[in-house]
Amino acid sequence: MTELISTSHVTKSFVLPDGSDHYTVLQDISVSVKQGEVVALLGRSGCGKSTLLRILAGLIRPSSGDVVADGAQLSGPNPNVAMVFQSFALLPWLTVQENTELGLTARGVGKNQREEEALKAIKMVGLEGYESAYPRELSGGMRQRVGFARAFVMNPEVLMMDEPFSALDVLTAENLRGEIGELWEAGKFPAKSILLVTHNIEEAVTLADRVIILAANPGRVRGEVTVDIPRPRDHKAPRFKALVDHIYTIMTNPDVAVGELKPNEAKFPLLPHARAGGISGLLEVVFDHGGRDDLPQLAERLRLEVDDLLPIIDASVMMGFARVEQGDVILTPTGTEFAQADVARSHEIFGEQALTHIPILRTIVETLKQKKSGKAKADLFLDILDEYYSEKEAERQFETAIAWGRYGQILEYDSDEELITLPEAE
Amino acid sequence: MADAVVILGTLFLLYVAARTGSESLVKFHPPDLIPAVSLDPHNLPNYAARSTLRMFIALFASTIFTLIYGYIAAHSRRAEKVLVPLLDILQSVPVLGFLSVTVTGFIALFPGSLLGIEAASIFAIFTAQAWNMTFSFYQSLRTIPRELDEMARLYGLSRWEKFTRLEVPVSLIGLVWNGMMSFGGGWFFLAASEAISVLNHNYTLPGIGSYVAAAVTARDFSALGWAILTMVTLIVLIDIFFWRLLVAWADRFKLELTAGAVPRYWLLEMFRASRVPSLLSRLFSPLIRAADRIFSRLTPAVHAEPKIVREQRKDPIFDVVLIIAIACLVGAAIRFILKEVGLAEFGTAALLGLATMGRVIFLLAFSTLVWTPIGVAIGFNPRLARLAQPIVQVLASFPANFVFPFAIATFVAFHISINWGCILLMALGSQWYVLFNVIAGAQSIPNDLREMADSIGLKGWRRWRALIGPGIFGAWVTGAITASGGAWNASIVSEFVTWGNTSLAAVGLGAYIQRATSIGDWPRIVLGVGMMSLFVVGANRILWRRLYAIAEAKYRLT
Repeated sequence: MTELISTSHVTKSFVLPDGSDHYTVLQDISVSVKQGEVVALLGRSGCGKSTLLRILAGLIRPSSGDVVADGAQLSGPNPNVAMVFQSFALLPWLTVQENTELGLTARGVGKNQREEEALKAIKMVGLEGYESAYPRELSGGMRQRVGFARAFVMNPEVLMMDEPFSALDVLTAENLRGEIGELWEAGKFPAKSILLVTHNIEEAVTLADRVIILAANPGRVRGEVTVDIPRPRDHKAPRFKALVDHIYTIMTNPDVAVGELKPNEAKFPLLPHARAGGISGLLEVVFDHGGRDDLPQLAERLRLEVDDLLPIIDASVMMGFARVEQGDVILTPTGTEFAQADVARSHEIFGEQALTHIPILRTIVETLKQKKSGKAKADLFLDILDEYYSEKEAERQFETAIAWGRYGQILEYDSDEELITLPEAE
Repeated sequence: MADAVVILGTLFLLYVAARTGSESLVKFHPPDLIPAVSLDPHNLPNYAARSTLRMFIALFASTIFTLIYGYIAAHSRRAEKVLVPLLDILQSVPVLGFLSVTVTGFIALFPGSLLGIEAASIFAIFTAQAWNMTFSFYQSLRTIPRELDEMARLYGLSRWEKFTRLEVPVSLIGLVWNGMMSFGGGWFFLAASEAISVLNHNYTLPGIGSYVAAAVTARDFSALGWAILTMVTLIVLIDIFFWRLLVAWADRFKLELTAGAVPRYWLLEMFRASRVPSLLSRLFSPLIRAADRIFSRLTPAVHAEPKIVREQRKDPIFDVVLIIAIACLVGAAIRFILKEVGLAEFGTAALLGLATMGRVIFLLAFSTLVWTPIGVAIGFNPRLARLAQPIVQVLASFPANFVFPFAIATFVAFHISINWGCILLMALGSQWYVLFNVIAGAQSIPNDLREMADSIGLKGWRRWRALIGPGIFGAWVTGAITASGGAWNASIVSEFVTWGNTSLAAVGLGAYIQRATSIGDWPRIVLGVGMMSLFVVGANRILWRRLYAIAEAKYRLT
């Protein structure tokens, strides 16, 4: 992807008012905005994120370091950038239309074309019919819509937004943010990229493809987190919540290294809620049927609905006992061994498979082994699971994992004291 | 209907302006031939019109000066270093003391015509108006909200576009208010400058000020009464037809976006209802647009960084030039004192300055004691405030020198010493600034705070100490500075007064300057005016600035 704007090793410092010392606002910042992406600069107040935005817009010159826009060194206001300001920055003595046209006037665009394009932008932000109103007559949300229209009409490469929703009340902000997101998702957004400055984590995760996290005093880049959630984004989705939590943890712990949030599936995949006895029973039935069975027939034989059968099959597949091919369940060699083994041996095989294939059980057992006491509270692991699943789901995941672990005799669990221990060596 | 009124009203104004203007241009007088002022009250409308024309020409000149001077001061760092302190001093210099200089200068400029004196009078009014307005414009330019400035730069507005779309509109409300106040102050200078005796010459310009001067010489109370009536009518009319209209119109240039009740003004409503303005604007809009484009092309945007960043850079060459210039001026001043006037005369002038300063302090203390409680009472009562404010404004605008004769006649009749009496004369014009500002200060105390004081039972002295005093402090400082500046200026006409052929002179710097002016004693004029400027600038630096800083840092309500 083409880089539209980038900084390399940018530093910005101001002399203190008494002239005695330098105050470093930004230190060694290298960031870029590529074509077609939404980047959020996220940081607490005082981290210089707005200053960085203004450096990228060419409004402030950096003390050292380079700013490159469209392949050329930037000096002076970046002509390919439009900005939406926190305080709207509307001229109260101009109408909505005149405010929107302002940038085109400065470009020397003729009157008719100016009016036409302004009307288009005003329509896009939903202010049709308010062309001749003055900003004073509009509500806060509508004023910021004018701010967006004025930026849209410039057809910029990068649209910069400096905390565009923070001066609005919660519901209005939510509404406008949603509309901006929709415009972007629909591919109708009149800019190639968006650069957003915000201190609102949810806002960053809602809109951005990439969140650059800044630290304060002096302002520097701590790292970035990719937001890999498909659009339109659902605020209630586990992945959305997990990302917000992940970034929140980073922001509240200044010393933590910034890392990507790993996809759910890789670390602690969702366990199907199947009983160990159910798995064992299924494998025996399939074995008796020659190691291969048709799903619907199997369900009928076990007097189960297909929907109830699926978690058991999923669990068997996950444990490495079976695989599914063309609607048939086929036992693996381990599955065949398991089905043939005596009771003691079958528990042993189950335990081995669980340790190999179920990450959460492996984590639990390894943690227990590292502890001198060989004991651990259930809460510890519930907390880990909470990072990935909702509280209720985390509890169910934990229960399933413990049940499987007990069956495989790799751990013991005292449910009264909620204490996990390793089985006593025989 | 509205159309007819607007058209007829405009035509009438144009006619009056043209007629009065032509009189002063066409009638040629050698400077020795002084036009006589007739005390017949029938001449008053004509005189009033001529005086008003002078006032508006001066206002126009002040506005142009303001826009240019303020713009340069705000945009050039080098110019700023010189222009702003210079403005500060110009504001403090007693303008009346300079009349002698300017009158002779302008007469030399237009030999053989009344235009020289005309220009001198207009210049005197100009000096009463321009500085305040310029400061207001400069301050507005310096305090343009950061994001608006960034918006203008990012969207590539040319300097012309920035000036017309952002800088002037942002400053407009301040300019209108300051213009209104300064215009009011201008009447005083008009009255003082229309009839003046400089360097043993008596110069008279037909106008309401010279009418009063003639009435004083003739001891004609009825003529004085007519003059005062005319003056009050004039002030009220200009207020209704010009300033209120301008204030109501300027309301759309408020920066705050808070939706509030838009003040309605019947005259503005009439203008809006009339089709004439929109017709005219449609007629001229292609022309205006073309001019706009041309000016824009001529003034491409400069890629300057915001002020905060620029201020840090050092400019040693410029600083050295400045220091050399200052050293030369100081040297010239010392040489002047030693060679031209002598140390003894310098000491006398300083002592007289102390005497006048005593009067100014007394006046301030007295008007504070009298007007603060009244001002607070008015300010806390919205209905009373609405009634009182225009009245106070008219009182502040009314040239106090019109009522001097009555006061002086009283002094003569009751044998009151002019040394005390002149305090009253000085106060006649300047005390209103204290009242005016205290009312505004009291109004700005948030209702929440007053309710809080009520609910916790703050009363009497405690209420004043905890709430009212701090709440109006900043406004009081503003009022007191204006009042003291006005009082110093007024001392020049108040400490030396005549009623018919009786002259009364007080011991003070004002009388010293006045006497030196009338006999044309140049070194003493310069010494007196310089001394007075020194007192005013000194008081500003030592006292008022600190009080301002305290008011800003500690007693700000927003």
